[in-house]
Amino acid sequence: MPEVILEKVAKHYGQVVAVEDMTMNIADGEFIALLGPSGCGKTTTLRMLGGFVNATRGRIIVGGKDVTDLPPNRRNMGFVFQNYALFPHMTVAQNVAFGLKMRSVGKAETADRVRKALDRVRLSQYADRLPQQMSGGQQQRVALARALVIEPDVLLLDEPLSNLDAALRQEMKIEIRQLQQSLGLTTIFVTHDQDEAMSTSDRMVLMSNGKIEQVGPPDEVYNFPRSAFAAGFLGIPNLLPGALGNTDHASYHLDSGQVIRLAGQDPVPGASFLALRPDAISISSQAPSKNDNMLAGRVEIMTYHGAAVDYQVRLDTGAMLTARAVAPGLGGAPVLHQGTPVWLHWPPSAGVIVSKH
Amino acid sequence: MHANDRGDPVRLAYTTISMTVIGFIVLPLVFIIWMSFFSNKILSFPPEGYTLEWYARAWDLADFRDGFFLSMRMSLISTAISLVLGLPASFALARGRFPGRDAINTILMSPLMVPGIVSGGALFVFFLEIEFLTDVIIAGSSLGLIIAYSLIGLPWMVRLVTTSLIGVNPSIEEAARSLGAGPLTVFFRITLPVIKPGLIAGSLFAFVNAFIDLEKSLFLVGPDHTTLQIALLNYLEWTFDSTIGAVATVQIALVAALLIITDHYVKLSRAF
Repeated sequence: MPEVILEKVAKHYGQVVAVEDMTMNIADGEFIALLGPSGCGKTTTLRMLGGFVNATRGRIIVGGKDVTDLPPNRRNMGFVFQNYALFPHMTVAQNVAFGLKMRSVGKAETADRVRKALDRVRLSQYADRLPQQMSGGQQQRVALARALVIEPDVLLLDEPLSNLDAALRQEMKIEIRQLQQSLGLTTIFVTHDQDEAMSTSDRMVLMSNGKIEQVGPPDEVYNFPRSAFAAGFLGIPNLLPGALGNTDHASYHLDSGQVIRLAGQDPVPGASFLALRPDAISISSQAPSKNDNMLAGRVEIMTYHGAAVDYQVRLDTGAMLTARAVAPGLGGAPVLHQGTPVWLHWPPSAGVIVSKH
Repeated sequence: MHANDRGDPVRLAYTTISMTVIGFIVLPLVFIIWMSFFSNKILSFPPEGYTLEWYARAWDLADFRDGFFLSMRMSLISTAISLVLGLPASFALARGRFPGRDAINTILMSPLMVPGIVSGGALFVFFLEIEFLTDVIIAGSSLGLIIAYSLIGLPWMVRLVTTSLIGVNPSIEEAARSLGAGPLTVFFRITLPVIKPGLIAGSLFAFVNAFIDLEKSLFLVGPDHTTLQIALLNYLEWTFDSTIGAVATVQIALVAALLIITDHYVKLSRAF
């Protein structure tokens, strides 16, 4: 049962803390995405799992076995690198066969397993090519086949899609997810791209400054960020400081004076913000009749994208909020120009309270 | 940018200059090969006829024959030494991060920059000092030549191997580790094969540059211990006939053969 457990794992480089007290249980067959900005410790964590970096403290347990002090070649983990890392002097088939050779698998069985592995990534016809004769996407599929053919306990993916173009990235993302599902493989995927993380993983782990910021299923993390960092990283620019009402947890008192109604929130410790997604905020030039929260302001910057229009609105209180009006459609409402006085409004359920830190 | 992207006059000038340069390099070689077949008793122009006699004579002369084998032996041994010393040095220079790395790099390159006659003289004086102190004879023995030739080969080896090592994607070694290979297996099955062009090119240049060395050898040869280039120089002092052309032609053929054979196995252009 290749369940992966990280126990207070830390990595320090001298005074610099790369990863601090990372504790996490990854279930058998689970797909975990480690997400965060560069320097947040996600790659260091993955490299500690792979055995390329020694943990300063803590234990890593895979399938009940402590692998903390094992070298990479004795961990049985499949590792896929951002730059593919294919052996340039070997053909595709030889690349895939390498891990089996290291395990002294017989010739006939090796040939059979290499063929199946290449079939799985739809590259059997390229078995005799050299890596440099192939496109980036094909090379990464070879790398995937090479990592999977050894039947690893855990599959580790280090930004495997970053060097591919957008269309290919989309395709590979789905392919990786399907492979992982069909093989039931415990997988840890490192990325800085929230879309990649959300669309592949069962749970995503948002990291910052060497620590876990938030863990949960993608929809939960996306809809209920718990901190200002999580909200900012997941594309929420609108953070208004204030405090949750004492009695009901259904109203939020902005520092600027207004009271915003909420759909009921768990209180967060310490200072907090009201977070609002731009696309949840409606904008209109007349006072809305709906029973929404509303704030008045003036359009300061209008950015037209065709399918959407972004408005940066300076509120009368001085704060700036971004609202996104989506596709008014042909013959739809005209765009509101700079300087137009507007109302921003949103339903109580659209606001989420996040902690400042 | 290709020359033929430009206008015709530019292209013409480009072609002319290229051809002139290539001519300058190739023509002397062509002449020396040509004159090695002249039947003139004293080397002169035009040829009175053609003969292979000079090749037979070159082989008959013990100085040339022995010189050839001595040069071969010394160059091969020193190439092996450059390889043994140069490979770890290249790893340290390409991968290591330590104080003085750039200084060491420069020192290892310095034999390329100091004129051969200067470093040859320096080695000679140094070897004599050692001889005074220890009674070990270095100048005039094989040991002196091997040391001098290793110094010639080392910068080539280090430069070319370092260049190919820097080009190695470090992830491929990690990939091999994660697939079950221990550090030694990674070195022999991944790193070494990948830097093979650099190793072979480095060895080739170390060998050839040792083999053709004249300046350092001048100080370090001894009686009955003369390299081919020194034998040629000695011969030229007394005789001016096509024997030297024959010897030169054999050397040109040897080096050309080495280059062609090597290029068949590794693309030399990739090592630079």
